[in-house]
Amino acid sequence: MSTEPFLVLSAMLFGIGAIGVLVRRNAIVVFMCVELMLNAANLAFVTFARQHGNFDGQIAAFFVMVVAAAEVVVGLAIIMTIFRTRRSASVDDASLLKY
Amino acid sequence: MESLLSLIVLVPAVSAAVLLLGGRLADAWGHLLGTAAAVASFVLGLVAFFELSGSDDDALTQQLFTWIEVGGFKVEFGLLFDPLSALFVLLITGVGSLIHVYSIGYMEHDDRRRRFFGYLNLFVAAMLTLVLSNDYLALFLGWEGVGLASYLLIGFWQHKTTAAVAAKKAFIANRVGDLGMALAIMLMFASFGTSAFTGVASGMEEVSTGTATALGLLLLLGACGKSAQVPLQSWLIDAMEGPTPVSALIHAATMVTAGVYLVTRSSFVYEQTEAAQTAVVIVGLVTLLWGAVIGCAKDDIKKALAGSTMSQIGYMMLAAGIGPAGYAFAIFHLLTHGFFKANLFLGAGSVMHGMNDEVDMRRYGALRTVMPVTFLTFAMGYLAIIGFPGFSGFWSKDKIIEAAFGENIFIGIGALLGAGITAFYMTRLMLMTFVSEKRWAATAHPHESPQVMTVPLMVLAVLSVGGGVLLLNDWIVHWLEPVVGPEEEHPLPLPALAITAIVFVVVVLGVAIAVKMYGRETIAVIAPSRVSPLTKAARADLYGDALNESALMRPGQYLTRSLVYADNRGVDGAVNGVAALVGGTSGRVRRWQNGFVRSYALSMLGGSAILVLTVLAVKLA
Repeated sequence: MSTEPFLVLSAMLFGIGAIGVLVRRNAIVVFMCVELMLNAANLAFVTFARQHGNFDGQIAAFFVMVVAAAEVVVGLAIIMTIFRTRRSASVDDASLLKY
Repeated sequence: MESLLSLIVLVPAVSAAVLLLGGRLADAWGHLLGTAAAVASFVLGLVAFFELSGSDDDALTQQLFTWIEVGGFKVEFGLLFDPLSALFVLLITGVGSLIHVYSIGYMEHDDRRRRFFGYLNLFVAAMLTLVLSNDYLALFLGWEGVGLASYLLIGFWQHKTTAAVAAKKAFIANRVGDLGMALAIMLMFASFGTSAFTGVASGMEEVSTGTATALGLLLLLGACGKSAQVPLQSWLIDAMEGPTPVSALIHAATMVTAGVYLVTRSSFVYEQTEAAQTAVVIVGLVTLLWGAVIGCAKDDIKKALAGSTMSQIGYMMLAAGIGPAGYAFAIFHLLTHGFFKANLFLGAGSVMHGMNDEVDMRRYGALRTVMPVTFLTFAMGYLAIIGFPGFSGFWSKDKIIEAAFGENIFIGIGALLGAGITAFYMTRLMLMTFVSEKRWAATAHPHESPQVMTVPLMVLAVLSVGGGVLLLNDWIVHWLEPVVGPEEEHPLPLPALAITAIVFVVVVLGVAIAVKMYGRETIAVIAPSRVSPLTKAARADLYGDALNESALMRPGQYLTRSLVYADNRGVDGAVNGVAALVGGTSGRVRRWQNGFVRSYALSMLGGSAILVLTVLAVKLA
């Protein structure tokens, strides 16, 4: 079974996620797009594991999931705090940390 | 006896320290202590002198301590009291003591009198170090010490701008000469590994002529600075801003003769080099005429005497440059000049004291009646300096002119001409001050000075008259033999007696011209402005200052200004430019940190894309 379609799907998902991160202003949506990119990477890991016939890629995918889960906890908490103080979830509004 | 030598120097040095550190506590008795120190030093000098003349040794010596010892470089600090030093010690402390006494009266109304005596003692101590040390480096210590004392005393009335400027001028002109001294001492270390007189003297016999000439010329440069010889002569006329006793002691009798001492002391150097000897003779000859011409045009009594001092030291330099035929007479003239010039300066000070510190001779006149003692003593000094037969200056100057004729007919004629000009300007000074009609300012009430001032004048007048006894049976020539070697007789173009007669005729001629010009006619109170170019030049010190300014000062100023410009624009410009470049660039780069998360994300994506493309490019290539 060819692995090529899976890789193409992974690339498409990554591209959609990247465009979402760059284009959208809503922090929640940006966050979801980041998740999309992570999962695209996971798909690529698993596909390559299959292709090489070992478990290395699968183990990496598990790690990514664990880290993504932790990141979601922290990230959502930050977004909640920002929203509470500014009544907005736009990432462009939170631009105080600059030159 | 051993410790006595160091006491000669130590007594005035300690007294100077007490006077300068004692503050107001010492105000009441400071002048007495200062004078006592000078007199004590003189007495010690006399004891040492008799010790030396009674002993079979050529010199009394005392090793004090090792001054510097670094590797092979060793300087012993020792004192040498040989016939040459002995005469100097007696002159410095003897004339110095008289001037100290005189200063008690002269500086009576000055509230900084204690400080004045402290500086005078400092000078005496430094001058004694100069003449007693047995090593060029220690001599240099005294040399700088007298330079410092001279600076402090010229600028003693520092509230006057002219005095402060004159002090600086003297100091700077002396620095130029000191450069020559310093280089000479370095050359001695490089060539002989020592700067002790004995070491240099023994080393000189094997050294190349080039080194000997360089050494001679460098020492001459040092001598020119200290003794106000052309081309470093310009400071001496201005130095008359100092109090008159200072002019008498430092700028007439002792310090300015240090150059002659140096040349005489370094006779072993000049014996090896014809060229440097000729240079000394030329410097002496030029200066003796230069100073004499200046002396003819000055209306300021002290400045006229300063021109005369310059000229007389020129005579000594000339004699010292002639070599073994002249050394003894250089020192002899130095001693008699010390007597009569100190006498003349103190006399001038006495006149100024009585005339409200007026120095312009056009404001004097007919003072012989109101100041008889000053007049008579001054007249003795006058007769001595013009070389009236029998007076001290006659013997010494005549011998120098004789030696000059023995060396070269033209040098002889130059020295002879100098004697005529000397007679002219001194007669002019005498007539304008003591004879002619009254031209006093309305506020002037001339009066004779107190005894504390006139007694030193009388002593100096006696010395001016009788100083010639030193030449009895050629005493001074034999006395100095251990230091400068036996006198060499050069064949004279004329019999000695004829030369003496010619000198006398020239002197009488100088006097006659002065009497004709100033004795008959009334003297204008304001100096006439329609005068010959020579007079104008002489009034401007023969343009010595103008020459220094245009040849040295202005190019120097231009150089410093362009260096400052190059520093500000060039060096600072480069450094500041780099800083501005870094600052400006970082200011612009900073804008990238704009706070928008999405732009960071874009940079990350872009960066990753470039990374991936690079890896791919490398893989595929």
